[in-house]
Amino acid sequence: MTKYLAKRIAMLFPLLIGITLITFLVIHLAPGEPVDMATAMSPKVTAASRQRMREFYGLDKPLHVQYVRWLGHLAHFDFGRSFAPDHRPVTDKIVERIPVTLSLNVIALILEFCLAMPIGIIAAVNRDTPLDRAISVFVFLGFAVPTFWLALLCMYLFGVKLSWLPISGLHTLGSDKLPALLRLWDLAKHLILPISIATFGSLAGLSRYMRSTMLEVLSQDYITSARAKGVKERVVIYKHALKNALLPVITLLGFSLPGLIGGSVIFETIFSIPGMGQLFYQGVMARDYPLVMGILVMGAGLTLVGNLLADICYAFADPRIRHGRG
Amino acid sequence: MRLPRCRALPVLVALFLAGCSAEAPKAKPHGAGGPPAYGDAYVTGSTGEPSNLIPVLASDSASFDIAGLVYNGLVRYDKNLKLEGDLAKSWDVSKDGLTITFHLRHGVKWHDGAPFTARDVLYTFRVTIDPKTPTAYSEDFKQVLKAEALDPYTFRVRYAKPFAPALASWGASVLPAHLLEGKDVTKSPLSRSPIGTGPYLFKQWVPGQQLVLVGNPEYYEGRPYIGRFIYRIIPDASTMYMELKAGGIDEMGLSPVQFSRQTNTPEFLARFNKYRYPAAAYTYLGYNLRLPLFQDRRVRQALTCAINKEEIIAGVLLGMGQIAHGPYKPGTWAYKDKVDDFSYDPARAARLLKEAGWVPGKDGILEKDGKPFSFTILTNQNEQRQKCAQIIQRRLKKVGVDVKIRVMEWASFVTNFIDTGRFEAVLLGWTISPDPDIYDVWHSSKTQPKELNFIHFQNPEVDRLLIEGRGTFDVAKRRACYYKLQDILAKEQPYTFLYVPDALPAVSSRFRGIEPAPSGIMHNFIKWYVPKQEQMRE
Repeated sequence: MTKYLAKRIAMLFPLLIGITLITFLVIHLAPGEPVDMATAMSPKVTAASRQRMREFYGLDKPLHVQYVRWLGHLAHFDFGRSFAPDHRPVTDKIVERIPVTLSLNVIALILEFCLAMPIGIIAAVNRDTPLDRAISVFVFLGFAVPTFWLALLCMYLFGVKLSWLPISGLHTLGSDKLPALLRLWDLAKHLILPISIATFGSLAGLSRYMRSTMLEVLSQDYITSARAKGVKERVVIYKHALKNALLPVITLLGFSLPGLIGGSVIFETIFSIPGMGQLFYQGVMARDYPLVMGILVMGAGLTLVGNLLADICYAFADPRIRHGRG
Repeated sequence: MRLPRCRALPVLVALFLAGCSAEAPKAKPHGAGGPPAYGDAYVTGSTGEPSNLIPVLASDSASFDIAGLVYNGLVRYDKNLKLEGDLAKSWDVSKDGLTITFHLRHGVKWHDGAPFTARDVLYTFRVTIDPKTPTAYSEDFKQVLKAEALDPYTFRVRYAKPFAPALASWGASVLPAHLLEGKDVTKSPLSRSPIGTGPYLFKQWVPGQQLVLVGNPEYYEGRPYIGRFIYRIIPDASTMYMELKAGGIDEMGLSPVQFSRQTNTPEFLARFNKYRYPAAAYTYLGYNLRLPLFQDRRVRQALTCAINKEEIIAGVLLGMGQIAHGPYKPGTWAYKDKVDDFSYDPARAARLLKEAGWVPGKDGILEKDGKPFSFTILTNQNEQRQKCAQIIQRRLKKVGVDVKIRVMEWASFVTNFIDTGRFEAVLLGWTISPDPDIYDVWHSSKTQPKELNFIHFQNPEVDRLLIEGRGTFDVAKRRACYYKLQDILAKEQPYTFLYVPDALPAVSSRFRGIEPAPSGIMHNFIKWYVPKQEQMRE
C-alpha cells in the first residue's frame, strides 16, 4: 500500500511538468500576443512603444527562455504578475475569485449529489416503469436544454415579470448597510437561480450513473440470495445494494474536485458572477499568459490530486483493490 | 453600455466601441419634478471591467469611463466637440505654432487635499514618455522638445514643428505627482484606488461586481448633484437589458432592435427617456490595394455603385444610422456635407466594370483575361458586420461579382490577416476621434505591419494634405485640407464607406437636466439631478 502510494505521488511531478509544458506551448500558439490585444488598431501606438511593452513583459525573449523563467518562478510558488494593464500578482487575482466560485460549486455539488442519488436509485428500483421514464425525460431535459437559454427565461420570469428574485450579481445595491442576517438572505436570493439552474443541468450525469451501477448491483447473486432469505426489499436496497453501488461514486467525487474551482464562463457571464470562469476567459482573450498558466496549473494540480484521492479512498473502501495488486 | 466619453481624453480609436456623438438629438419633455437637488445614485452597466485606473497604463474603454470622472486633463472637448480649458484656465499658442503655454487654474485640490500645480502636469508628461512605463500613449508627448513648469501655475511645452493634435493630447488625465513621483507607477495602489481632481471621488471597487464613486464636494466646477456614480460589471448584454427593465441599472445603450421594437411600450416610455444621435464611428468595406484586382479605381467605384447603403442601414440598423461618405462624423467641423460620392446605381456599376475590361463569363460572373471576378470579404465575429457582408454579397452578385464571406475571431483576424496583408477585402469599423487628424490611417508611410493603413492606400496629394492639416492650428486652413481630402477619398473609393450608426442610450426618466449635444449626453453629467421626491437610491 505505501509503495503504491509513493509510486502514485512520485508520478505526479513529471505529469505536472508535462502538463505545464503543453499548456505553455498551446497558449503561445494562439495567434496574438498580450501586447497586440491591448494595442491592435490603435493609432496612438507606434512600433517603438509596442516594442517597449514587449520588453517590459519579457516577450522579446525566445520561448524556451520564457518557459524556464516561468517555471523558476513557479518553483517558488510564484505565478508572476498578470500581463493585463493592472499588473497585479496572478495569485491575488485568483484568490479574489476563488471564494465565490468555490462556495457556489460546493453548494451546487452537494445539491447535485443529494438529488441525483435518490433519483438514480428510484429509477433503478422502478426500472422500465412510467416513473423511470418520467425521471429519464426530466433529467435529460436538464441536460439538453442550453443553460444560458433557460437562465435567460428564468431571469425574465422571476426577475422582470414577477420581481421575486434579483436578476444578476451577488448583492443588491446598498445591502452592505443591512444587518448580517438580512445580508445573508440577500445573497441567498441572488444564488437561488444560478444554483438551481446549474444543478438541474448536471442531474443527468450522476443520476444515470447511479441508476446503472444500482442495476448492476441489484442483478448480483448476493442480492438474489438476500431476497431469497426473505430480507425486506427496503433493507435489500438500502443496506445490501446501496453500499456497493456507492463505490464508483467516490471516483466521481474525486473527479469533481478540480471542477470546484473552475467556473462556467457562459453561466458566470449571464448571471454577472465574478468567478473563475470569467477570469479565465478574459485571461485567454487578452492572452494574459501568466494568468492563464496560473489557473491551468491549479486546475491540473487539483485534477491530479483529485484522482489520487479517489484512488486512495477506493482502496480503503474496497478490499478487493486494497489487497489486490494495485 | 460604455458611457459616451467625450470629456475624457485620450480618445481611444479602437475598432469596437461606439460612444460619443454629434448633432442635437431629440430630447423629450420632462414632467414636473422640482428644483435641482443633491442626492440619489446613478447606476450604469458595463460589459467590461476597468483594468487600471491610472489612465496612462490602461487601454480599455471601461477604465476611461471611470478615469473621465475621477481625473481632469488640461483641456477637454466641450459639448460641441471644441477644445476648452479644464485644469488649464487658458492657453496661448505662439505665432510660429511651436510653443503652447498653459495657464493653470488656481485653487484646484486633489481628492486628498493637496493642491494641484504645474508639478503634477510635468510629472504626468515625464511618466508618459518614460521608457520604463508600459504605456500605449507616449507618441503624442514624444513630439515635445521641451516641457517646463515656469511657476506653479504656468506650464510650457515646445515642439519641433507645429502639431495641431498636440493640443488635444493635453486632455490626458493629469496624475498626482505628490503620490507617484519616484515610485514605480506600475505597482502603485492608485491603479486600484485612484486619486484625481475630478467631479467624483473613488470610493470602492468590488472586483468583478461594481465600482462606486461619490460626488466631490470640493470640485472646482461645483459639487455634482448626483451623489453617487455606480458602475456595475454586467458582462452579458441580455442580462443588462433585463436589469434595466427591472430597475437594477439606470442607463444602457440599446441595440437598434431594442430601441425601435422592444421599448415602445407605454410602461417603458414612462420610466425611461430614449436618446438617439450619431455615434462617433463608421463601418466600411476596405479593399486591399496591393492586389491587381482592386488597383483600378473604376473597379472600386463600381463596387460602391453596386452596394445599396440605404438597404444596409435599413436591414442591419433598422434605420438607426446614416450613410457614410467619408471618414468624418456628420455635423462636425471637418465633415464635408456634399462630396461627389458614388450612390447606388447598378447600371453605372456595370458600365464602370465594362470600361475596366470585365466582361460577363459563364454563370453570369464577370471575367477578365480568363479570371473570374471573385473575392472574399473578411470580418470579425460581429453580428452587424456579418449581416452587412451578406447584404453586400447579394448586391454584388447582381452585377456579376462573386463574393465569399469569412468570419474570424478577432485575434487571428488581426495577426494572421491584417498584419500580414493576406486579405482581399475587410468589413470593419473605426471610431472617429474629435480631432480630424487621420494621418495614421491614410498616410502612405503607415503601411508597415501593425500600422493602420493596412489597405496600402498611397496618394501623394492625400499625404500632403494630411501633413498640412496637422501642421497648423488655424481651423479654417485645416478645414480646407480635410475638405479636399474627403473629395479625393470619394473619388478614389479605397474604402466603400458604409454607415455611421446611431448611439441609442436609454436613461431613467427621474434624471433631469440632460442636454443632448453633438458630443452626446454625458458632457454635463455633473449638472444632472433627481428631484428630491423622486430620489430612489440612498
